[in-house]
Amino acid sequence: MPRTQQPGAAAAPTGAAEPGAASGGSDWEGVRLHVVSGKGGTGKTTLAAALALALAAEGRRTLLIEVEGRQGIAELFGSTALPYEERKIATVSPTKLGLPGRGTGEVFALAIDPEQALLEYLDMFYKLGRAGKALQKVGFVDFATTIAPGVRDVLLTGKACEAARRKAPDGRLVYDAVVMDAPPTGRLIRFLNVNSEVAGLARFGPIHSQAQAVMRVLKSPQTAVHLVTLLEEMPVQETVDGFTELREAGLPVGGVLVNMVRPPVLDAAAVAAAHGDHREEVALALVEAGLGGRSRSAATRRAAVEPLLDPLLAQAREHSERVTLEHEQRADLGTLLLPTYELPLLSGGVDLGGLYRLAGELKRQGAA
Amino acid sequence: MSNGGGAGGNRDRGSSNGEGGGSGGVNGGNGLDIDGLIDDPATRIIVCCGSGGVGKTTTAAAIGLRAAERGRRTVVLTIDPARRLAQSMGLTELDNTPRPVKGAAGPDGPGELHAMMLDMKRTFDEVVLAHADPERARAILENPFYQSLSAGFAGTQEYMAMEKLGQLQATGEWDLIVVDTPPSRSALDFLDAPGRLGSFLDGKIIRVLMTPAKVGGRSAMKFLNVGMGLLTGTLGKIFGAQLLTDLQTFVAAMDSMFGGFRERAEGTYQLLKAQGTAFLVVAAPERDALREAAYFVDRLAADQMPLAGLVLNRVHGTGAPQLTAERAQAAAQALEESSAENGGDHGAGNGAGNGEQHGTAEGAGSGAEREARQGAAEALAAGLLRLHAERVEVMGREQRTRDRFVSVYPDVPLVEVPALAGDVHDLDGLRLIGRQLAGGSDR
Repeated sequence: MPRTQQPGAAAAPTGAAEPGAASGGSDWEGVRLHVVSGKGGTGKTTLAAALALALAAEGRRTLLIEVEGRQGIAELFGSTALPYEERKIATVSPTKLGLPGRGTGEVFALAIDPEQALLEYLDMFYKLGRAGKALQKVGFVDFATTIAPGVRDVLLTGKACEAARRKAPDGRLVYDAVVMDAPPTGRLIRFLNVNSEVAGLARFGPIHSQAQAVMRVLKSPQTAVHLVTLLEEMPVQETVDGFTELREAGLPVGGVLVNMVRPPVLDAAAVAAAHGDHREEVALALVEAGLGGRSRSAATRRAAVEPLLDPLLAQAREHSERVTLEHEQRADLGTLLLPTYELPLLSGGVDLGGLYRLAGELKRQGAA
Repeated sequence: MSNGGGAGGNRDRGSSNGEGGGSGGVNGGNGLDIDGLIDDPATRIIVCCGSGGVGKTTTAAAIGLRAAERGRRTVVLTIDPARRLAQSMGLTELDNTPRPVKGAAGPDGPGELHAMMLDMKRTFDEVVLAHADPERARAILENPFYQSLSAGFAGTQEYMAMEKLGQLQATGEWDLIVVDTPPSRSALDFLDAPGRLGSFLDGKIIRVLMTPAKVGGRSAMKFLNVGMGLLTGTLGKIFGAQLLTDLQTFVAAMDSMFGGFRERAEGTYQLLKAQGTAFLVVAAPERDALREAAYFVDRLAADQMPLAGLVLNRVHGTGAPQLTAERAQAAAQALEESSAENGGDHGAGNGAGNGEQHGTAEGAGSGAEREARQGAAEALAAGLLRLHAERVEVMGREQRTRDRFVSVYPDVPLVEVPALAGDVHDLDGLRLIGRQLAGGSDR
């Protein structure tokens, strides 16, 4: 299924684009912060990583941020646990993604540790010195990162926005794009909107201004929130709900990344045919294919395939049920009128090769 | 995959009968006896935990229904159920009170099923109301700091789920409480909740925050070897004076409740460890989900929480395990070649054409048509075989993933639940899953 794009319907960035390095016509030119969310179990981390690779393809530099402390990025790239430090995790060339073009890009990764981020944040804004140590001593850091409402989320989103805007001494952006592997859809709005809330709680002061600055980035066309889904009821429902909530919250919706798409092998019509009076013909075809054994007796061979028939037909029925269901899910996703990208199911799970394949697919379809 | 052909109809392997027709491999993973667990009157609480997207809530609901229909007065506490699952139990709104599920358990039997969705905020409010005099309670409930804390920042859900569990248990009304756990970051945060709350309450930070509120603040000062002025000054700088005031008011108002809070959290933690509680780890036969499951098993052991076993959801099976993927692929290829020769130039991926072809060929008898018909049947059979090969390959992968888990945790009882094509929408769907959890038993 080709991706659908409705001009103007999505918060697709227009005009904000900077004339970056040779672009392959990405749908998201000008977006610097890509937030990737979706229902748990849909492959958010994998697709966030693939997107970071794809965005780095043409000699660019991207940063992949993990906020849930699961070390899923390290797991994907087969590296040891990531420290709280931006470090290079991959180099990418178009060739690696199976695409034309040249240039070597770099992907950096960062697993944000809320405690470290808090100390860094306090130090950056307040030059605390001894008081910082005192705060740590009385358990403030612990308190703030585990108990105090929202502080953790403020730090995480703040760090991502900071990285997206960071400039080198020569005035150029350090990262062409930042990709954040965000919390699942159920917690997403609250996570992204935490700064509004904090700005409301702290009505003045430095926390207030910082929170507002983060909200400005998150609500700008420089940000796109992508939703990962599968062609199954619950993930699609969450995607549709997430979309509505993002819109209501005034957050820029990006694209829909449909993960683990399986090609249909047979459709309902074929299955129906097999169940009607064509059962016998299918049986004969199986015999013809040698599945009835080598007996000389046609009847024996026919009898030998009999135990296969019902299971095969039952599997076909299940398959066609699934295809029908997937069709409905696609239709539901279609109503969102968002740029939609489909990524194939990689049998056997995603290894590094698979990750590059998914990245190439995203790039080819225009997601990067 | 609909299991229309009867319970467990397309299952060829299950923990109860060991390795049916799979690819061999590690044996072990003794069967998890769900019926034994839910029938035992000593079992009072079942906690379902697992990472997101593995069917945890569905499992909890199915177990609750089965227990009710086997005669126990059961309540299912769900955290954030998918809409249709909630509807299947007649839950339409968050009202924080167990409601009877219509159509569950017979009118004559002793069993009953009630279900509820957790309303975090209301649960928190109730705790406040129970522990503070009306005036103080109002001060807390109106505090902006409390309002955002109770509305669901990371962590609150875990505390409140356990709080609600404690409440339900304390009523003494229920034979069995089945609880679903929040889809949280590490999914076991609820175990940390009491400890975290405890360390927070014991922490100096509370006293520091309270100091300015208590005139003089002499008590706290003495215990701290840092300059109080420096600290509160810094906090004021960070939070802004107004937020600090809100926070201090909040902490001061909560002060009287903290003891009660900690006692409750501690009590719930002990309840989880107590005899009568059973943890079920829910997973799917995928690498990531089983890695999480392994983490859970370790964590539960470390906290000496009673693990009943592992529920492996969405396991694929086949009714024709004797036909290997390789043989099916080879046969499919032969048929596709032959089909092309016979003019049935529809690939296996184009079944619709085949179907129509069949329709129009009905009753036709000419040689060419017969040949076309045969070609179409061949293409169709090839498609069936390709599907089968795919299925068998998936099964092999699932089996290997499962075996890796079993080889590390041979003592963890395990039950497999077959994959369904769609989500569960009604009680019958839950009943079916309950039967499968019980190893296909209709008893």
